[in-house]
Amino acid sequence: MTSLQIVFLIIAAVTLASAVMVVTARRLMHAALWLILTLLGVAAVFATLQANFFAVVQVLVYIGAIAILIIFAIMMTREVMSVTGPRLNRGWGWAAAAAAGGLAGLVAVLSTWQGFQTVLEPLPSGSVGVGALGEAFLDPNRFAVPFEVASVLLVAAMVGAIYIAVDRKVVEEQ
Amino acid sequence: MDFLKDPVTFLANQLVLWLTGLGLPEGVVRFLSFSIGAAILATSSLLFVIFLIWFERKLIGRVQDRLGPNRLGPFGLFQPFADMLKIFTKEYVTPSGVDPVPYNLAPVLAVSSVMAIWAVIPFANTIYGVDLDVGVVFVLAVGGLAQLGIILAGWGSNNKYALLGGFRALAQLLSYEIPMVITLLIPVMLAGTLSLTGMVTAQDVPFVAVAPLAALIFFIANLAEVSRAPFDLPEADSEIVAGFNIEYSGLKFGFFYVAEFLHGFTSALLFATVFLGGWRGPLAEEIPILGFIYFAIKTSLVYLTILLVDATVPRFRIDQLLNFSWKLLTPLALALLVAMALVDRAMVGMGVESIWIRLPVFLALNAGLFAAGAYFLDRARRRAPRPVVSGGPRPVARPENFTMQPK
Repeated sequence: MTSLQIVFLIIAAVTLASAVMVVTARRLMHAALWLILTLLGVAAVFATLQANFFAVVQVLVYIGAIAILIIFAIMMTREVMSVTGPRLNRGWGWAAAAAAGGLAGLVAVLSTWQGFQTVLEPLPSGSVGVGALGEAFLDPNRFAVPFEVASVLLVAAMVGAIYIAVDRKVVEEQ
Repeated sequence: MDFLKDPVTFLANQLVLWLTGLGLPEGVVRFLSFSIGAAILATSSLLFVIFLIWFERKLIGRVQDRLGPNRLGPFGLFQPFADMLKIFTKEYVTPSGVDPVPYNLAPVLAVSSVMAIWAVIPFANTIYGVDLDVGVVFVLAVGGLAQLGIILAGWGSNNKYALLGGFRALAQLLSYEIPMVITLLIPVMLAGTLSLTGMVTAQDVPFVAVAPLAALIFFIANLAEVSRAPFDLPEADSEIVAGFNIEYSGLKFGFFYVAEFLHGFTSALLFATVFLGGWRGPLAEEIPILGFIYFAIKTSLVYLTILLVDATVPRFRIDQLLNFSWKLLTPLALALLVAMALVDRAMVGMGVESIWIRLPVFLALNAGLFAAGAYFLDRARRRAPRPVVSGGPRPVARPENFTMQPK
């Protein structure tokens, strides 16, 4: 076992353990903090795979934006400091079974994929990962269409958010 | 001679030779030398803060017609050491009802997130922590961790002023991050790389001359990111006592204090790297120590500007602050990015490769957009309804104005 594999195992263990803590933490705020640790673990996995750009973007987008917005929303909710209610409801067994089944199915499907058995090779140093990614995104023969569709989706979400958030009384008065 | 030209690389090579001579494997030598380098960089940055604190107090004292610290040592130079010792020996007061993990994690996050930026900044041709190929994105991502520190401090302290300060800080940091990221894309586009080292190498003409408007917007957004006046709302002591760090005492408060000063200086480092050409200058490539000196001079000039702005302008109101970012800086930055990308592409398409021919076109573009921004700002100012401060009689705290009259 190489040192990289040991590091990977440690990171994976931390990520999974904190993911479990996200759903079992008593306080909503603590769940959000555990979620941040989980997302950091995913970023670390990207870093061990030499995907620097993904690792950094994972931190920037998921921790710098999404996790902070989640915490912002939690801070706005009432009685968040006090611990209320049980953490499990009656259907937790069904939910656990469905999640385990989904995971088993995913692993079964993925294990037939040939990329699953490929041994990783370190990238040659000096390879420009980000540049290749950018060109792939804007190449009409590769990912230009999905990239633009994602942009349209985001614009639609933004228009919807503004439509919901606009204060109609103020607009009518003007 | 090598030592005089480039002392850091010389010492690092000596260290690696010595460690290899001890019979350690290559991986361990790499690990040890990087750890020692990181420890030296982090410690020196923290020690440098002592000087920054003295300098800021002295400068702001002069602006306010005072002398500033002048009792301890020459020019009061030892005053920060006395303050530091005081803060080390102070008692930790932990208020009741705090959430322990966020409360204690916040100061650490505040300092470490700033120090992580120093790892990717090229101080000279050969002196840098690591040449990350995604350096710019790394700087922004680490900035997100600083925001996390502030929000944890505000929430974990169990204090309404701390929470209000945290909300203010978050609204401000999130709003100003957007124009900052967009204007950072312009140097990235001009240099064609995300690496800070590559960006410095690409600046045959400093980018402040190519895109002055982008530099201006970046400077303003950076002021807001480091909560310097006129953007010092998160810690406005006259409004919310001290903001998110109100419940911290002793060294934990010291962490926030150090983080604030270091953040201000780091933003100057970043500006000098991205827009002023970093270590570039005459003979800087042959003699790296000269590049370090150029970089120090450029950074000091930027930091001096930040301090003078901080010392002289009054604070924004929260609505002015948000309007300024969302209604002026963000659209302006977006328009500038799109216009510069299109013009650059068109000129490269026409075969104009030389930066000297493209430069006047870029400058005209920047000037035009600056004029447009100034026009819209002026129009908004003229159209906005002026709130009437004086006017009709208002209730004052007199006994006859109380709704419950005393019997």
